[in-house]
Amino acid sequence: MQNGKKMETLVANEKQVWDWLDQIPDPEIPVISIVELGVVRKVELNKNEVTVSITPTYTGCPAMHIFEQDIIALLTEKGLRVNIRTTWSPPWTTDWLSDHALNKLRDYGIAPPVKGTADKGTLFSSGPKVVPCPKCLSNDTKVISQFGSTACKALYSCNSCKEPFEYFKCI
Amino acid sequence: MELKDALYNYCLRMGDTSLILGQRLAEWISQGPTLEEDIALTNISLDHIGQARTIYTYAAEVEGKGRSEDDIAYLRSEREYFNFLMAELPNGNFADTMARQFLTDVFMYHFYRALVNSKDERVAAHAAKSLKEVTYHLRHSGEWVVRLGDGTDESHAKMQKAIDELWMFTGDLFEMNEVDETLIEFGIAVNLNEIKPLWDNTVNEVFKRATLTRPEDGYMQTGRLDAKHTEYLGHILSDMQYLQRTIPGAKW
Repeated sequence: MQNGKKMETLVANEKQVWDWLDQIPDPEIPVISIVELGVVRKVELNKNEVTVSITPTYTGCPAMHIFEQDIIALLTEKGLRVNIRTTWSPPWTTDWLSDHALNKLRDYGIAPPVKGTADKGTLFSSGPKVVPCPKCLSNDTKVISQFGSTACKALYSCNSCKEPFEYFKCI
Repeated sequence: MELKDALYNYCLRMGDTSLILGQRLAEWISQGPTLEEDIALTNISLDHIGQARTIYTYAAEVEGKGRSEDDIAYLRSEREYFNFLMAELPNGNFADTMARQFLTDVFMYHFYRALVNSKDERVAAHAAKSLKEVTYHLRHSGEWVVRLGDGTDESHAKMQKAIDELWMFTGDLFEMNEVDETLIEFGIAVNLNEIKPLWDNTVNEVFKRATLTRPEDGYMQTGRLDAKHTEYLGHILSDMQYLQRTIPGAKW
């Protein structure tokens, strides 16, 4: 207290900021939040000023701007001054998606990244790995194209139920 | 040569190749042979433009003149660009585009794999990020080279012709000058003499699967490191930079 002036009440702690950020959906895959996606790397709170570090999924990901706008809008509304910092290292990987997020992706109709599959960095990897169909859960599926409707997805189709589906590819 | 000037130029080389190649691939939008392929080329284009943005942002910081990634992309002329000559060539037919993509993808794959060990943190981070994307690009272009090369008589002939015509631009990929020397001394840059045998191996392996004949090394185009380009770069830039040149400072 100085000169009788009332001290600012701390309205937030870092845990709370994380909880708020967890309410912001990925603009292209709205069933998972930007926290579950692993895009938010760090939250640093200093009184009513917060610095949120984010990292892009892909260098050209057009959703990055939307992440920033959504974070600034939400945290400003909560009474915080917001700085956004972009970090590049370590590079984003699908390994950061939680099991919970993987299940939500599957329920949404997107085949989640198959864990422990070595399609990172290897060329002409031997044999196709199994990507189960998110609709009928059959393992009898085939890749149509490694590049889909967004940078993070590939196109597959199921030989059992004949439905096309998207696969959240490993990077 | 000053370290700062060398690093700035090195960043431009990477960014310019990504930007110009991304711009060329973007010309395929709505022109792809199939819908899936149209989407794939667009995705790859977007990755390249994203990579250019990242490294231009760093280039601007290194330069230290308060410029932005956009200033670097939109306000430099042809003689200030350092992209691979191959990247600026017209798309030609689908085999021409895939052959060009494959030859540059093989380079980028091995180059970034080595560059992740750069002593410059930002350069290393850029390499690690780009490598993940380029791996998918190379698998894609490599599969097309095999599919077309080992396909019908017509697709084979077109892919072979594409490779033959592009070959004189492959020497350019491995040229180095005092920029490289300065940065190699500091452990920042990659010695391209070490990348060449890796590039050779991958190219040879894919050509073998694709039943393609590797052309003899003959006359090689040169001049890029002095920012001397083919007639095609100026036309791309006039298209790409039109808005910023006409209405300086225009923003979305």
